[in-house]
Amino acid sequence: MATDKNNLIVYCEYEDGKVADVSLELLTKGRALADKLGIKLEAVVAGDNLKDIENQIFPYGVDKVYKFEDKHLYPYTSLPHSSILINLFKEIQPQIAFMGATSIGRDLGPRVSSALHSGLTADCTSLEIGDHKDPKTGKEYKNLLYQIRPAFGGNIVATIVNPDNRPQMATVREGVMKKEIKNPDYKGEVVNLDVNKYTCPEDYVVEVIDRHIEKSKVNLKGSPVIVAGGYGVGSKENFDLLTKFADVLGGEVGASRAAVDAGWVDHDRQIGQTGVTVRPKLYIACGISGQIQHIAGMQDSSIIISINSDPDAPINAIADYVITGKMEDVLPKLIKYYKKNSK
Amino acid sequence: MSLNIIVLAKQVPDTRNVGKDAMKEDGTINRAVLPAIFNPEDLNALEQALKLKEMYPGTKVTLLTMGPARAAEVIREGLYRGADNGIVLSDRAFAGADTLATSYALNAAVRKIGDYDLIIGGRQAIDGDTAQVGPQIAEKLGLPQVTYAEEIVCVENGKATVKRRLEGGVETVKAPLPLVITVNGSADECRPRNARNVQKYKYAAVPSEVANDEAKKAFVEARPYLQIGEWTAASVDADLQQCGLAGSPTKVKGIENVVFTAKDARRVENNEEELEGLIKELIANHTIG
Repeated sequence: MATDKNNLIVYCEYEDGKVADVSLELLTKGRALADKLGIKLEAVVAGDNLKDIENQIFPYGVDKVYKFEDKHLYPYTSLPHSSILINLFKEIQPQIAFMGATSIGRDLGPRVSSALHSGLTADCTSLEIGDHKDPKTGKEYKNLLYQIRPAFGGNIVATIVNPDNRPQMATVREGVMKKEIKNPDYKGEVVNLDVNKYTCPEDYVVEVIDRHIEKSKVNLKGSPVIVAGGYGVGSKENFDLLTKFADVLGGEVGASRAAVDAGWVDHDRQIGQTGVTVRPKLYIACGISGQIQHIAGMQDSSIIISINSDPDAPINAIADYVITGKMEDVLPKLIKYYKKNSK
Repeated sequence: MSLNIIVLAKQVPDTRNVGKDAMKEDGTINRAVLPAIFNPEDLNALEQALKLKEMYPGTKVTLLTMGPARAAEVIREGLYRGADNGIVLSDRAFAGADTLATSYALNAAVRKIGDYDLIIGGRQAIDGDTAQVGPQIAEKLGLPQVTYAEEIVCVENGKATVKRRLEGGVETVKAPLPLVITVNGSADECRPRNARNVQKYKYAAVPSEVANDEAKKAFVEARPYLQIGEWTAASVDADLQQCGLAGSPTKVKGIENVVFTAKDARRVENNEEELEGLIKELIANHTIG
């Protein structure tokens, strides 16, 4: 199969006839980076019933879609999808490859990177193109992918590069990048590939015997108001107060990782680098100190209110309004005044 | 039927509740003030192994960790909770390893152990949050993998039935042994220490911990069950080009202690007048309705 090499490729996830949002967000980012590098944007999709899936993908500025269609490729299992990417990447040698930091992408990415001995950075919050000089050898590299992510529990931000190995791989969580159609009429090329040439029978040893996937009931991403609690909330009972305030405002309850780790809130409400990224109209942070990994997931909120008993909490630096006080004291008052003044 | 299980464990700095003194003036991490703990999801993994040990008598649980000699602490912790023995993989050659070089070293140690049915680890470690080492070890060993596991339901006829926790759902898979499984934090918590095991194993040590104390050294040498393995790159026949910094395709270009562009925050006093004023303002500018 003839192909041009060294492009940027995105592994697209596909469920119920729809390409996942995270994949479309990565295509949007991928298009911008491909333009900067003067290369093509490609996509790969593997599954069953792919029909005219390319029509969902092309508008994001995709020049070529590699399709692998077989009923054994759905639902996802690690081995056949890994084999497909490993063998396809050996052939087309992409310089950059992205996948969603989902339970699929985080299962698939490391396996592919191990087989190709290429570098992979998980849960990036920013991706850029830039130069690099090796501090030891002095060797200079042009146009590397900067993989930027909070590290060490979110206390620092690290920029990672893969100077010598290809592809440069990264995973990104849903909602971190923006999804934007480039041109609704953009047309690329479809390449249908023979699954049997890329996988072997031993790849199908893991059997999915039962599967229940529901759309999460928590809609943090789409909520205009989020009332979020951190370790300073202090207890599960105090979180009920946040729920009450969120209900009154028609918003959702979110949480920092510390509150989730403490067992006060379910994991699907976690906001931050290893949770959901949100951009609500109003973000009310209660008892959240403001580690980088949390701020990475909410700093683009239009208005931020911080309620914290510590007047020097780091989150106050990015807040529009700072209320110094205990949340269990402040929230009931805010609820009262909201009820009094609304309508 | 009995199983040979290797549990992968990592000693990590407790990054979850980092105080203000955790960062030095120059923006680097002050590791000295962070307590070293058993990576939480590795404890979930250990519990799954110990449950299988109860289900299938004769099952042996071996802990494997990579780190400095001090990492023997997690092996002892695992022995207190019911593991049978442990190995610390420790060598300067492993320093600076990214996930790929780490998985290479651990894969070499697993090959050296040789006899295994299941390799179980936590989904990810809290100091990196990458979730990459498990699948990378599976690839290097040429084994299938099951990630995000919440429960290893049973092992029958050479296959493990595993329940997985995914975004918005659950999935149950059946996979043949030998197999790599990574366990999610939503799985059962690890059982506490067993008092009898604490008595039995409190002097368990790697050779370098007792090297300078003749009495302790003799005590441990007389009791094989107290001997925690201490392996180097050479003892697992590791290719040094694939270890540590040399074997790491990813390089850290830079680290920043991020300073956020401070907004001009308005202080709202915690009194009735100012709080009501804030609510009125937010309603007036249609932030809340």
